[in-house]
Amino acid sequence: MSTDTFDKVADIIAETSEIPREEITPDSHAIDELGIDSLDFLDIVYAVDKEFGIKVPLEAWTQEVNEGKASTEDYFVLKNLCARIDELRASKGA
Amino acid sequence: MLLEYFQMIDQVATLDCEAKRLIAHSTIPEDSPIFEGHFPGHALMPGVLLIETMAQASGYLVLGLNNFSQMPFLAGVKEAKLRSFVEPQTPITIEASLEHDGSGFAMTKAAISHDGQKICDAKLTFKVMPFPAPELEAEMRRQAGRIGLNLENAPT
Repeated sequence: MSTDTFDKVADIIAETSEIPREEITPDSHAIDELGIDSLDFLDIVYAVDKEFGIKVPLEAWTQEVNEGKASTEDYFVLKNLCARIDELRASKGA
Repeated sequence: MLLEYFQMIDQVATLDCEAKRLIAHSTIPEDSPIFEGHFPGHALMPGVLLIETMAQASGYLVLGLNNFSQMPFLAGVKEAKLRSFVEPQTPITIEASLEHDGSGFAMTKAAISHDGQKICDAKLTFKVMPFPAPELEAEMRRQAGRIGLNLENAPT
C-alpha cells in the first residue's frame, strides 16, 4: 500500500463522513471501526473512482464476502482497501 | 402523468447514450386526489413528487444505458433545490445526466424546467442491482415502451 494512496483515501473519508482525519489509520476497518454504512461508502467509492480514475469493483467484492470467499477485512480494512486500489491503478496503467 | 400511480414521465424526447443524458416531457395533471391534500384550495405539485420525477428520468437513463440489465433504485438525494411552485396543467421538461457509473451504483444530476426556467434540481444516487422479480423487469420494459424510450439506441 502506498502512503500517498492511504493519505488520499483517508482525506476522502474525512471529507465525506464526519470522522476526524486523525482517527483514520491504515488499520481502521471502514465498517466495523469507523462505522461507515453502505450508503456512505458509495460516496467514498465515488470519490475514490474519481480521484484515481478507476472503477472499484464493489459488486464483486460484496459478492465474495457474501459467499464467504473473502472476509470484510480483505476489502474494508483501509490498508487492504488501499492495496486493492493500488492494484487497480497498476492494472489500468498496464 | 398519473401521480397516484407514480407514472411521472409522459414522453422521452432524447436518450443520448454518448452524452449519457436523457430529456423527457410531462404535464402536471389537472386533477389528482393528491391535490385534495396538497393543498386544499391551492393545488401544488408536491416537491417530493418533483424529486420522484427527476429520479424516474434518471432511472430510465440508467436503464437505457445498461439495456435493462439491472434496476436502479433511488438511494440518495443531495442538494435538492425546489425553486418555484408548480401548478396543475404545467408542462415540464425533465433532464437527467449520468455523473458516474459505479460498480453497483450510479450518480446522476437532474433538473426540471418550465419555459426555460429551472423549477428544481438535485444530485441523485442509485443502487443498481439485478431485477428482484421478473414481473418488475417486464413492467419497466412496458413503461419504457409507453414513454417512448428508444432502446434501439441503447448499448447492447
